Amino acid sequence: MDDLISTVDWSRAQFALTAIVHWLFVPLSIGLSLIVGIMETMWYKTRNERWKRMAKFWMLLFGINFACGVATGLILEFEFGTNWSNYSWFVGDIFGAPLAIEGIVAFFLESTFIAVMFFGWNRVSAGFHLAATWLTALGICLSAYWILVANAWMQYPVGMEFDPAQMRNVMVSFADVALSPVAVNKFFHTVLSGWVLGAGFVIGVSCWFLLKKSNVEFAKESMKIASWVGLTGILLTMWTGDGSAVQVAQKQPMKLAAMEGLYNGTTGQSLVAFGLINPDKERTDDQPAILGEISIPYGLSILANHDPKSFVPGINDLINGISINADGDTIDTVSYAERIARGQQAQQALRNYDAAMNAGDEAAMNSAVEALKADFKYFGYGYLNSVDEAVPPVALTFYAFRVMVMGGGYLLLLFAAMLFLSYRKPRVIENKWVVFFGLITIPIVWIVSEAGWITAEMGRQPWTIEGLLPVRAAVSAIPAGSVQLTFWMFVVVFTGLLVAEVSIMIREIAKATKKDLLA
Amino acid sequence: MAKDSFFTRAVSMYVDGFRSMTVGRRLWAVILIKLAILFFVFKLFFFPDILKENYDNDADRARAVRSALAPAKN
Repeated sequence: MDDLISTVDWSRAQFALTAIVHWLFVPLSIGLSLIVGIMETMWYKTRNERWKRMAKFWMLLFGINFACGVATGLILEFEFGTNWSNYSWFVGDIFGAPLAIEGIVAFFLESTFIAVMFFGWNRVSAGFHLAATWLTALGICLSAYWILVANAWMQYPVGMEFDPAQMRNVMVSFADVALSPVAVNKFFHTVLSGWVLGAGFVIGVSCWFLLKKSNVEFAKESMKIASWVGLTGILLTMWTGDGSAVQVAQKQPMKLAAMEGLYNGTTGQSLVAFGLINPDKERTDDQPAILGEISIPYGLSILANHDPKSFVPGINDLINGISINADGDTIDTVSYAERIARGQQAQQALRNYDAAMNAGDEAAMNSAVEALKADFKYFGYGYLNSVDEAVPPVALTFYAFRVMVMGGGYLLLLFAAMLFLSYRKPRVIENKWVVFFGLITIPIVWIVSEAGWITAEMGRQPWTIEGLLPVRAAVSAIPAGSVQLTFWMFVVVFTGLLVAEVSIMIREIAKATKKDLLA
Repeated sequence: MAKDSFFTRAVSMYVDGFRSMTVGRRLWAVILIKLAILFFVFKLFFFPDILKENYDNDADRARAVRSALAPAKN
């Protein structure tokens, strides 16, 4: 048992490491491809060569990032087959279909048009080249869409039926899976955050040019485009983030409660603006959950239900079976103790099915299937030893959420200020403080982006598939030592890869400071 | 002069493009080393598909997952 826990922990750590590294590359590709597309469109419309040169420089950095990031996502698929074999079998074609579409789209669309984008200058018409650039950007977004469909299904499993004979979830509605409200919202929130990251990167690199007093005009023009993209991106990210909060409140209320460190909910629930998680707080004691709390009155009720007087359930409410429905109304639902009991009944039904199958008793098999269907919704709860195991890690989820939101607020101010300065006070933009804030935006924008994913993924613990499969059941029965070994190998390889990417990028940017990029 | 076919033009775009890449060598080294490590080291030696490797058919794989997810009670 100790070894299994260790295998679970190492497998989680390895998956988290791989996903975090993969996510360093993806949003930059999403954001830079848009910015390059805009610059090339400006060139196509005006035939002003300055736009073309700007597009070419940022395209170079896009290419370096794309090349270094390519195939990092494949490692996640390796891990599914080895570390998460129960899970990857259990999800069946729900995962297979979106990932197959992603593979085909990514390979054909991106690889074809990226080649034209980089090698096609002076070989294809300007219109065709522009189309290739935009199709590359579209291809990246489409790839992201199918990956996010798979992720959203784990957060909100729909469109499937469980078949105990195959031990797989069988897709019964592709539309329900592909157009799940969680998937659609997640797609826009994620892609728009990629715009923000790309814009932050362009502003940061442009500020480096300003610091070096090199390519000042190039930097200022790039900052104008990036500020527009960044401001539009952050406003839309906030808007979709609001949609995401409503979705989470309805479909994963335990995640929302963990994001807020909320144990006992109320009507007109406030939102924690600042505060520290009380490390001594136990779920059932009377200690405050948040220390030094400064809150926004009615904030969480507005965020969750768009109604300042509405009820938002806390962790204890949910455990006791009190939640809200899709209209934001308070409802009595199934308590977690009962969910555990019904999950155990579902697992017993599966055992009965197995025994009946081995005995060739079809009537008993059918009866077991009916019993399994009745409680399958709570199947995963049967693995939990106590209701406390259904509570996500509150501190990490709480802080990650605040890093994302506060970072988002900083980025909103930064893009608005940069846009104002770019047009109204172009000389002030060379001020050392403006340059300083531009430069520190590069790490900040990545931290904010990763914090968003940490909120989403830690907040849904202990589930790999919400309500159906906790991580401890999803993992393969393999020695912890082998996962530990590959974890450290990944650390070495990923570090090397990052050093290579950053050094190649820095070299290209340093080379650029020595020449006139607009000439 | 006869115009080159689409295929010839496409191939020459790739060939000339790779030849004239300015960040080429280091970038290609990174990509090739990475792909080699991923597929010839990690995938081959460290990341077998456990169910595919240990069981011959889907029925056996399903049985294995069933006993893992609903183990018999002692």
